Amino acid sequence: MDWLNAIVQGTLLGGLYVLFAAGLSLIFGVMRLVNIAHGDLIVLGAYLGLTVTTTVGLHPLAALVIVVPAMGLIGYALQRGLLNQTLGDDLLPPLLVTFGLSVILQNGLLELYTADPQKMDAGALETASVTVGGLTLGVLPLLTFGFAVAVIWGLQWTFYRTGLGRAFRAVSDNQDIAQLMGLNRRHIFGLAMALALAVTAIAGILLGIRTSFDPSIGGGRLIFGFEAVIIGGLGNLWGTLAGGVILGVAQTLGAKIDPGWQILSGHLAFLIILAIRPNGLFPRIAA
Amino acid sequence: MSLQDYTVTRSSQAARVAAVLGALALIVLVCAPWWAGRADMRLMGELFLYLALASLWNLMAGYAGLVSVGQQAFVGFGGYVLFALTMFGGLHPLAAIGLAGLLGALVSMPVAVLIFRLRGAYFAIGTWVIAEVFRLGFAQISALGGGSGSSLPVAIVKSLASKRAMRESISYWLALGAAVLVVGCVYLFLRSRKGLALTAIRDNELAAASLGIDIWRAKFTVYVVTSALTAMIGALIFLQKLRISPDAAFSVNDWTAFVIFIVVIGGIGTIEGPIIGTLVFFALRETLADLGTIYLIVLGLVAIVMMLRAPKGIWGLVRSRFDLQLFPLGYRVIAPKPEKEA
Amino acid sequence: MPDPILQMRGLTAHYGDFQALYGIDMHVDPGEVLAIIGANGAGKTTLMRSVTGLLRNGANQIRYRGQDISRLRADQVARRGLAMVPEGRQLFPSLSVKENLMIGAQVGRKGPWDLGAVYRLFPILDERKDQQSISLSGGQQQMVAIGRALMSNPDLLLFDEISLGLAPIVIKDIYAALPGIIKDGMSAIIVEQDIAQALKVSGRVYCLQEGRVSLEGASDKVTREEISRAYFGIA
Repeated sequence: MDWLNAIVQGTLLGGLYVLFAAGLSLIFGVMRLVNIAHGDLIVLGAYLGLTVTTTVGLHPLAALVIVVPAMGLIGYALQRGLLNQTLGDDLLPPLLVTFGLSVILQNGLLELYTADPQKMDAGALETASVTVGGLTLGVLPLLTFGFAVAVIWGLQWTFYRTGLGRAFRAVSDNQDIAQLMGLNRRHIFGLAMALALAVTAIAGILLGIRTSFDPSIGGGRLIFGFEAVIIGGLGNLWGTLAGGVILGVAQTLGAKIDPGWQILSGHLAFLIILAIRPNGLFPRIAA
Repeated sequence: MSLQDYTVTRSSQAARVAAVLGALALIVLVCAPWWAGRADMRLMGELFLYLALASLWNLMAGYAGLVSVGQQAFVGFGGYVLFALTMFGGLHPLAAIGLAGLLGALVSMPVAVLIFRLRGAYFAIGTWVIAEVFRLGFAQISALGGGSGSSLPVAIVKSLASKRAMRESISYWLALGAAVLVVGCVYLFLRSRKGLALTAIRDNELAAASLGIDIWRAKFTVYVVTSALTAMIGALIFLQKLRISPDAAFSVNDWTAFVIFIVVIGGIGTIEGPIIGTLVFFALRETLADLGTIYLIVLGLVAIVMMLRAPKGIWGLVRSRFDLQLFPLGYRVIAPKPEKEA
Repeated sequence: MPDPILQMRGLTAHYGDFQALYGIDMHVDPGEVLAIIGANGAGKTTLMRSVTGLLRNGANQIRYRGQDISRLRADQVARRGLAMVPEGRQLFPSLSVKENLMIGAQVGRKGPWDLGAVYRLFPILDERKDQQSISLSGGQQQMVAIGRALMSNPDLLLFDEISLGLAPIVIKDIYAALPGIIKDGMSAIIVEQDIAQALKVSGRVYCLQEGRVSLEGASDKVTREEISRAYFGIA
């Protein structure tokens, strides 16, 4: 029963990692960009949520209504203003520019909010739980997992059922020809980053309700998201969902053996999968 | 002018002047314990170690296309190996530094096999995962102080030299020696056949493969060699600090972010770049460090602007204006001087 | 005589240090079918990339309907009614046949061409509309590429090497469909390696050689000798 509990809790924890990963997966799928600052943007989302809840007095979940569009706008501006200039055949510019951005974000947050750990107050939601078949499940982890499934489903639907998704796939396939068809890739990339950061806002707020956070934790969130993407297989959104769950379960199982092993066992699970299945469990596009 | 009149040469006037000036500067630097104060020597020692780290990162990223954000894995590994071997193996610190390099090479091999499966930017994050695994792993070893770390016992420090001034001089010379060794190794490596292969890969991976260059092996070699040398530098760094903890040893900011800024600002893919970048970085740090986080934000901005506006860094700007090469790597074709207009 | 729909004056183009076009003067009249011929490397593809906006050119070198388009992006040029059937078809592999066609309609120009009209022109595409575009045969892919360009209801349609890599029988079918495509006052530029085919469907012809126009004339007037001189640079 203990072990079953660990697996179930790990699955729900994986929901948070799916939310970390979804934006990363989307951006890579559309423009082959890997954003090193992704984790810091998640933390930025958490801080924006904190500011909204403390100044306006909204519940953190209600703050989503403000933070999600705000992060979307930031994403569009960031892409058009900065990241579009780095795209091309050379790998270094996007990598180093997003790395620089990561340092700027981290220290900017440090300057604004200090290094003190912060947390968002979600009231009764934080402790509420339901009992299912002898297992006690937190309402917040359940809600997070629900968000994760909804986000993946929503992105999948956008990609394969809407004109925007068609444009994403066309630009991803062949930028020049897409441009000939009247699609401005700079605008499309901006929209993709806006969507990715909108998802990141959800991730940041749920992170900030669940645990305390400070400006330095972005790198770790990037790594979790990245591991979920690779485990699931590049370019496969449902694979990313599976990857996040596997990572979460590996962590809770590791923690069960020894609390100090929680994060480490997640990394080891990732490395083992990388050794056995280099393209992830459900690959769609080659890395 | 017939074709025979053209000469192909590696050397140039600037390179010969640079070699002479470099040798003179080296002599002056070696004599630093007799002319520099303690604080200056410590600063210079740190500068040399950063120069070594930057040259190594530049070899990987600028020449082999292996952009790593996880070299702190080997800095920390080298530091911890130094502590473990001297504290529990009873080794002399200098022997431990050498062994740190050897062990670094051994450890980097399976790591390379694993993370070379990731391409491009994903490779970069993969190296970061490895560094995290190292950090969390060493934090589990209670004999080395676990998460809070440990200090180097006084007896071991004294084994280097009994007098403090002598210890500081040795420390300084080791750092200087490491920088010279690394820059020299990188230069000689790039001039060798393997180095040429590397440059070919950087310029065009497909064409290089079709010419029969084993890309995987070339990159593997670079990764293992740089990891070994990085581990040795790491051991030196923590021999100076005398204290180690997982967070300090595997800090992505200290051992990767700063190193990347140095290389980007100085000029990636050139030997001169890291040297200039290190000087600029330390000049900025000494003047702006009081600003704390603002200083780091400025560094980030400078790196971004540099990458977008001058991707070849300061040295790239200098070179495009003056056609200089202080470390002659490429061959130059020199047209004969027209003797008389016909 | 009506104003030309497309006019190039002293068009130059560079790839880095390499100059590919040296002062091209060329025009297309409304409703006209123009052929451009030339050997490999003569600059035909560069010319197409310049006109469509994939390559930036100097100001005022290309005018479309009297307006300077030489510094516009490709998507802005497309919105003004200039479409291309690119060399090698270049369909979007992760889009179905129908989605490929719908991408063509993205510019939102009104006109006779919609999904139904394209399916009437190429009925096989209706049957295959939900297939992945790259699972089709070469000829069918070419139909998708043509349909995709038509969906934008262009005023000027560029065909870049449409017979390249196709079987002769398929080429015949494609060219047989051309009169049904180029109608209602639409103009077209046909870039072709197959000189006979190009001359047959066009009213006027330009020949390029090493980035310059080496011959211009009515397609039914130019002689074989003139063409071989202009094409190969030898008498």
